[in-house]
Amino acid sequence: MSYIIDRRLNGKKKSTVNRQRFLRRYKAHIKKAVGEAMNSRSITDMDKGEQISIPTRDINEPIFSHGAGGHVERVLPGNKEFITGDRIPRQGQQGGSGGGGGGASDSGEGVDDFVFQISQEEFLDFMFEGLQLPNMIKRRLAGNESFQVVRAGISNEGTPGRINVVRSMRAANARRIALTSGKRRNIRELEMELDVEEGKDPALRDMRRIEQLRGRIAEIRSRIQRVPFLDDFDLKYNLLVRQPRPRSKAVMFCLMDVSGSMNQATKDMAKRFFLLLYLFLQRSYEYTEVVFIRHHTSAKEVDEEEFFYSRETGGTIVSSALKLMRRIMLERYPASEWNIYGAQASDGDNWNDDSSTCHKILINDIMPEVQYYSYVEITPRDHQALWEEYESVRALFPEHFTMEQIVDVQDIYPVFRQLFSHKVAA
Amino acid sequence: MLDTYPTGTTPPDAKSSGPISTSSEWTFELVQDYDAAIGELADEFGLDTYPNQIEIISSEQMMDAYSSVGMPVGYNHWSFGKQFISVENNYQRGLMGLAYEIVINSNPCIAYLMEENTMTMQALVIAHASYGHNSFFKGNYLFRSWTDAGSIIDYLIFAKNYISRCEERYGLDEVEAVLDSCHALMNYGVDRYKRPYPISAVEEERRQKEREEYRQRQLNDLWRTIPKMGEGEEEKSEHRFPEEPQENLLYFIEKHAPLLENWQRELVRIVRKLAQYFYPQRQTQVMNEGWASFWHYTLLTELYKRGRVTDGFMMEFLQSHTNVIYQPPFDSPYYSGINPYTLGFSIFSDLRRICENPTDEDRQWFPDIAGSNWKETLQFAMRDFKDESFILQFLSPKVMRDMKLFCISDDDRENEILVDAIHDEDGYRQLRANLAGQYNLGNREPNIQAFSVNTRGDRSLTLHHTQHQRRPLGKDTGEVMRHLHRLWGFDVHLHSLHGDEITASYHCPELGRDRAEGDEESMLIPKPI
Repeated sequence: MSYIIDRRLNGKKKSTVNRQRFLRRYKAHIKKAVGEAMNSRSITDMDKGEQISIPTRDINEPIFSHGAGGHVERVLPGNKEFITGDRIPRQGQQGGSGGGGGGASDSGEGVDDFVFQISQEEFLDFMFEGLQLPNMIKRRLAGNESFQVVRAGISNEGTPGRINVVRSMRAANARRIALTSGKRRNIRELEMELDVEEGKDPALRDMRRIEQLRGRIAEIRSRIQRVPFLDDFDLKYNLLVRQPRPRSKAVMFCLMDVSGSMNQATKDMAKRFFLLLYLFLQRSYEYTEVVFIRHHTSAKEVDEEEFFYSRETGGTIVSSALKLMRRIMLERYPASEWNIYGAQASDGDNWNDDSSTCHKILINDIMPEVQYYSYVEITPRDHQALWEEYESVRALFPEHFTMEQIVDVQDIYPVFRQLFSHKVAA
Repeated sequence: MLDTYPTGTTPPDAKSSGPISTSSEWTFELVQDYDAAIGELADEFGLDTYPNQIEIISSEQMMDAYSSVGMPVGYNHWSFGKQFISVENNYQRGLMGLAYEIVINSNPCIAYLMEENTMTMQALVIAHASYGHNSFFKGNYLFRSWTDAGSIIDYLIFAKNYISRCEERYGLDEVEAVLDSCHALMNYGVDRYKRPYPISAVEEERRQKEREEYRQRQLNDLWRTIPKMGEGEEEKSEHRFPEEPQENLLYFIEKHAPLLENWQRELVRIVRKLAQYFYPQRQTQVMNEGWASFWHYTLLTELYKRGRVTDGFMMEFLQSHTNVIYQPPFDSPYYSGINPYTLGFSIFSDLRRICENPTDEDRQWFPDIAGSNWKETLQFAMRDFKDESFILQFLSPKVMRDMKLFCISDDDRENEILVDAIHDEDGYRQLRANLAGQYNLGNREPNIQAFSVNTRGDRSLTLHHTQHQRRPLGKDTGEVMRHLHRLWGFDVHLHSLHGDEITASYHCPELGRDRAEGDEESMLIPKPI
């Protein structure tokens, strides 16, 4: 007798764990590939999956085996022309017996890499692994946003799914005891009376009385029987309540210079940087708001679409962006409630005396309020006034201010990782 | 071919007179009907099988089964993930058709059918796996003595749970490291000449505690460092350990590695037990596949003869069948060794021919088989042989001629390769012996044994490789030595011997390295285990 079982419905993705083990083991390779991919990709498909290739020698599982050499006797099929005693020059034969016993094929060097595809999900995991927004500390009860469901004892109402069987049965038991105890006491008394009556000498027995007692007992018994085993109001339910949970609210200000001095390549790098940042926030911080500010001589708050794709340009006054950021902070993101982050990208070019203004705004108005501010300068040239002013800001707020320079596309991802790498609290 | 059973009689059952199905779509009812019909036939032919469990699965599940080497419940390890990825890659690029069938040596015998297949393919797989392989598992002496079909699933579950418990307690990396090292030595986890007890999960769990205590005692004895009275005398008698060289390296490590924790020993044991489970399969590939192919062919042709399947079914079946048993010649780009399906199928088919229509040549070569009852002869051939002895015993001149086998001798001392036998009168015997030797595990894998342990000194382990026809060790050897070193915990040496002469030596850690920094571990006093 055979059993025929349809297994198609269960056991999907059974090897997921093994796949993860594999990825885990070759993390270093994959991370390298991810980093390289970040550099070579166009802005629009930054977050796709990626083909990973690992040198075969690195994933080889070694076993004891025979190497080439020695004396090998081998039987092959498909003889066409050979007769006993033929001698074949070694060269030609090697190719022919290629896969033979495995020995010969091993001697062919230059095996392909082990190539496989990782999904978008896995790609992003690797891309943002170990990154975080630093100093995220402010947590608040923000009204209706996040809840945690917790147990809160037992209630008399609820949905059938939450029924608490033990408590329900206990209640039913208690009710049955309560409703029948009087009757059972009655029965006991009547039974005692009956015993006394029946214990008498047959001649003295009052048969009518016995009949009567038996009748009473049977009647009370049947009334006990009629007490329901389980009644509606015995049912008890597990009570779950939603408790509001404090959650950190964060906002990221993205400040991008789009002045005329930024050429297409520099802008492209800036956009890549912010796109990375944006992807990172979207993925890792569900409730983080992002404010996009682009500036030339004047600053403007724009939406995501315009931030990344608009082509408007002009001169450079960096402080305009900082001022706008400051205003938006005051209007919409009080520092008492929000973790505020700033990320600024520029080529370092600024209107002559504006850099000191930037310094002032940062020191007085922005830095005291924000958790973390990062500045990237995208330029292959020497630093200018803005960089120096910012260096003095960094000296004042070493924990909360970082700055890095990006020279070409290859730097973006490493710099990004450096800025947001997970820092262990001192 | 005429057989001994009554072909002409129509069974009384009216249902079984016409074809079972006419379309290529399969349904569960049809699978059941085919299975019943094939099962009935198999019974007539005297196939003795475990009960069958036929599971319908999707292609993804098939890839899963593939990558876990057919274990229905496997422990988690990255190498299976790698396997899966490469199977998936090949499959998606169309480089590889998916498994023809996967069948598990268990009781009941589990066979997988892929949902994408046509009814014909399903019937083919049922005949091949559920009756062919199944009866082989039940009948062949290697499987009977090395595996316990009834308990393998339970054991796999035990192993999986144990390993995941270890991962929780000791960390993924620790467990992975030990498993990696064990896998590297997996082919050396079997006592070839001793029959083991079949594995059983219940037994395993019951005895695990016991083993721990026992081990503790054993190790303590071996590594006793407390000086004894009359020490001087003992040193003279130079105690050798192990007394005999040990071929089962995993067993040797499990019992004697000085530094392993108990759970690590347990992992070694699990891998060793799995090696034992797979050992018969490695030794009977030609027979097993040949037997299954022979029976799917015989059973389905018989169904056709009795009018139970249509011409269309037969065409499709024959096409798959010829694909399976196709042997590309040695100079074809598709050649990748001798196809075990072809070889096995040819030998079994020819055996039947020898029994039924013997020629003079057959009478001369197989005097006691020619003309005998073919079913009994095949059963005998299936039961009591492994690939090596099977080929040596039953490879007939006709099969050698049909496959155009020839033998080359490749000696690195000669400039040219010599064709030393072909499929002719002079060559048959040598050809047969050489082909059989090719399937001898002892020739295929380097013969490496644990030779001695320096119990009084640095606790190093020395292995000897006895060369087979001067064949050296492969390039992975150094890597494997590192794994061995990880398990043993102290220095390991491997000498490759040609006769009594050492031609190559491998060491881990490599000699000449600064030991103080390179291998601090081996300086440590063994922890009490």
